[in-house]
Amino acid sequence: MFDESDNVRKINTINRRLFIITAAKILVFFGLTSRLFSLQVKQNNKYLTLSDKNRIRESKLHPVRGEFRDYFGNVIAGNNEVYQLHIVPEQVEDFRYITLRLKNILNLSEREFQKIHKKRKKIKAWETIVVSDNLSWEQFSKVNNYLHELIGVKTVLSISRIYPFNENYTHVLGYVSQANEKDIVDNKNIKEKFVPGIRVGKTGLEKTFENVLLGENDIQRFEVNAYGRKISQLNYQKGSKGQDLNLTIDTEIQKLCTELLKDKAGSICVMDIFSGEIIAMQSSPSFDPNLFLFGINQDDWQLIRNNPMKPLLNKTINGRYSPGSTIKPIVALSALENEVINPEFTVHCKGHKHPLELYGQTYHCWKKEGHGFVNLKEGMKQSCDTYFYEISRRLGVDRLSETAKKFGLGKKVFGELFENEKKGLVPNTIWKKNALGQSWVLGETIITGIGQGFIQTTPIQLCLMTAQIANGGYKIYPKIVLNNDQQYLDKYKPLFKNSKNIKIIQKAMFSSTNEVRGTSYKSRIDDPKYRFAGKTGTAQVKRITEKDRELDLKTFEIPYEERDHALYVAFGPYKNPQYATSIIIEHGGSGGTTAAPIAKKLFKLIIDRHKLRQSAKGKKYLDI
Amino acid sequence: MSFNNFSHELTLFQKIKNYDFILLFCILILGITSIFTMYSTDGGEVLFHTKSHFVKFSIFFPMMIVLSFINIKYWHAGSYLFYVLILGLLVWVALYGVTASGSRRWINLYFLNLQPSELMKIAVILCLAKFFHRIRTTSTNSFTSILVSLTIIIIPSILVITQPDLGTAILISFSGLIILWFSGLRIKYFIYSFLIFITSLPFIISFLKPYQKLRILTFINPERDPLGSGYQIIQSKIAVGSGGITGKGFLKGTQSYLDFLPEKHTDFIFTLFSEEFGFVGSILLLLLYSIIIYRIIRAGLISRSFFSRLFCFGFSFAIFLYVATNISMVLGLLPTVGSPLPIMSYGGSSLLATMIGFSIVLSASVNHRQNIL
Repeated sequence: MFDESDNVRKINTINRRLFIITAAKILVFFGLTSRLFSLQVKQNNKYLTLSDKNRIRESKLHPVRGEFRDYFGNVIAGNNEVYQLHIVPEQVEDFRYITLRLKNILNLSEREFQKIHKKRKKIKAWETIVVSDNLSWEQFSKVNNYLHELIGVKTVLSISRIYPFNENYTHVLGYVSQANEKDIVDNKNIKEKFVPGIRVGKTGLEKTFENVLLGENDIQRFEVNAYGRKISQLNYQKGSKGQDLNLTIDTEIQKLCTELLKDKAGSICVMDIFSGEIIAMQSSPSFDPNLFLFGINQDDWQLIRNNPMKPLLNKTINGRYSPGSTIKPIVALSALENEVINPEFTVHCKGHKHPLELYGQTYHCWKKEGHGFVNLKEGMKQSCDTYFYEISRRLGVDRLSETAKKFGLGKKVFGELFENEKKGLVPNTIWKKNALGQSWVLGETIITGIGQGFIQTTPIQLCLMTAQIANGGYKIYPKIVLNNDQQYLDKYKPLFKNSKNIKIIQKAMFSSTNEVRGTSYKSRIDDPKYRFAGKTGTAQVKRITEKDRELDLKTFEIPYEERDHALYVAFGPYKNPQYATSIIIEHGGSGGTTAAPIAKKLFKLIIDRHKLRQSAKGKKYLDI
Repeated sequence: MSFNNFSHELTLFQKIKNYDFILLFCILILGITSIFTMYSTDGGEVLFHTKSHFVKFSIFFPMMIVLSFINIKYWHAGSYLFYVLILGLLVWVALYGVTASGSRRWINLYFLNLQPSELMKIAVILCLAKFFHRIRTTSTNSFTSILVSLTIIIIPSILVITQPDLGTAILISFSGLIILWFSGLRIKYFIYSFLIFITSLPFIISFLKPYQKLRILTFINPERDPLGSGYQIIQSKIAVGSGGITGKGFLKGTQSYLDFLPEKHTDFIFTLFSEEFGFVGSILLLLLYSIIIYRIIRAGLISRSFFSRLFCFGFSFAIFLYVATNISMVLGLLPTVGSPLPIMSYGGSSLLATMIGFSIVLSASVNHRQNIL
């Protein structure tokens, strides 16, 4: 059976074939080696990146928002430490039991309770559920009492916005609230820094300066495993707080404005006539922005939204009003500048029995009995409509609109600073042709001369107009954020042809407040230190019919919506003016009775605080 | 039988003198490496896998040494019996086996779950080596011998495929076919059957189970389902690639430590090793396997008996095949088929089978002058 030669043959075959196989093996191992080389040496960086991407998760923390300060450095929108309540489901033995306990301790509503359970289903066991954004002190201490029984529940210190002056700054600053989808889509910066629950500015300066206020996130880098569980913290990159912004506003004056506007709908703004700094700017009614921080509840929201006085509207810059007689200084100035009249130009006001008649239309003065013979000063002082009908007829709307625009009417005062700032409207013949497709008629010029008709202004525009009259007719740029100065080439550019004309207007405005028969004579301050000059205005909300004229109702007898808006523009102190103001009380009746008395109270405080402001200014420059 | 000068029993001293210590040492090194790698898969703690692997290696390594002192002729004598025994176990598995993760592969022996298909990898080599040892060159290519040898291969393969365990079945078939190759089966048969295989490939694919088709599709483009079937291979490549030249360091492989690697104890253990020890470590591991393969071939080359020679060459090819398929698989060069890395991978049956194979090789080298009739 055993055959030596056959064995040799077999062994020859097997050795030959072994050689082939061994060559194949070497080839394969060489192939594997080159594959390893390609993966580990050549493409190492690529795979290293992929591996890091696998294992490293960045988690951004809520950035600390920059603060707002008033002119004197008081915080008006700050950051507050709040206690949040977190649950980590994984650490909880019986989730339902713990949440029921919390419900009792915190007095959570059934809806909030359900919300927690809904959220539990969405997240992984080791992730965190925020039960409460903002524990009240009472809740916090109560939870802390039971904390040893509530394993898996913890209180966490967090930072949230706070507005210490509540409704005082709402319209200037706006408010912050949780970012919604639109905020993220609209602002790349928010998208970049987004963390769940991040609060962003929704209106006002909070929104305008979102990008500088936002700050940089703290970044935590975690190593996570394949299931996304955090294993360890790799590093912690400290972010930075957003930039703090100083406003030009004086909180004391702002507070007074709020008080003066209490229970009224309207606006007050006060401006430094040289620097354009806004000293105060309040629109009433206002609301408490702190309500929005943790999501406003439905009842509060409905209350704000459905208030007929429209608290959500910043009337100072978004409200459009007929300027009424407050336009008269500009009309008079325009007439003087264009040499249509001289200060001695006289018109006979005959009262309601003999109104001005043009093409079948009648134009009444507000005073039934008429003013008799009035010149410019008397016309301004007593706000004689007949006088202004006449000079605007002579002036024409185009020349009037030119002057009005020069003084800041008809365009945005703050530029892009506030969202939705209204331009108002200063009509002229070309505008009407383009916008309405009709020719201008003389009657429209006449009523434009007393600030009715098409003309529409915002309170801030009236304030700017007054300020530019008060400073002797030089262009200024209002500002509300300190150190946010843009370089304007035409700053302090004269707006007049003849400075004497400005003086005449100033004097006329002075007489209106400080001389007998002046429309705001009752609101005068005799002390020269506080003495101010102003012009009242009463803007009709609806057309006065013959019937109304006969009835001659008192303000309180007219339904609220039909009452006239009361306006007042003023500057002071008269000798050496510093500040200008515009006051509007919606449906307040006449400017002289409602708006001007507010100015009296206002000027006292403004001028009292002038020194303080000056000294703060000196200090401020040292700081920088 | 008068020329049988060398058939007398060797003394213990002669046996030790003949002993292949290099192979023994390499196996030991590989075993120790595997225990440390297992320790790393447990996240740097001595947990279940480390303990279990350590215990198994500590039992099987001495067992291998003891078995290696059995004369090769007894292995030869018991070959058929061993094959039939394992085949019996496979049938047993098919009937009463333990099912885990969708396939019935194991026999519950109370102290361990035995996977007979792993043992079959050795048994089929042993059986065919004996079969061809007895056959003359002239009758190697006869119809009967081809039919018998193919039957020896196909029966266990079919049993294993039905478990289902395609990977192991392929490895069993290849281990068997390589014996046919070494025994001198005409090369044209191999070429013909290869051509037939290629042409019938579409037909075979239609018989594959959906998950197996998916594996092939995933192999062609792992990115098509990065979180599903492609996940393993993508993560494996990331782990290997991120290892770099010198690796991330022992116990510092983030991919495995953070559970990104699937099956890291078993089929993907090379990935972890490669991530932690880098290109250098991988090459050294490949080198270690190469030395082992070389020593096995050497044992065959010095053997007088055709049986020893055939078995050693066959077994060396089997080891090569396991290593090559496993590493190719984790490097994304082959579709994922379940094939363990010899000794390194966790798995008692595979370790047992490999150790039995080594003990036969060692026995062959001790008794290389032994003639077998």
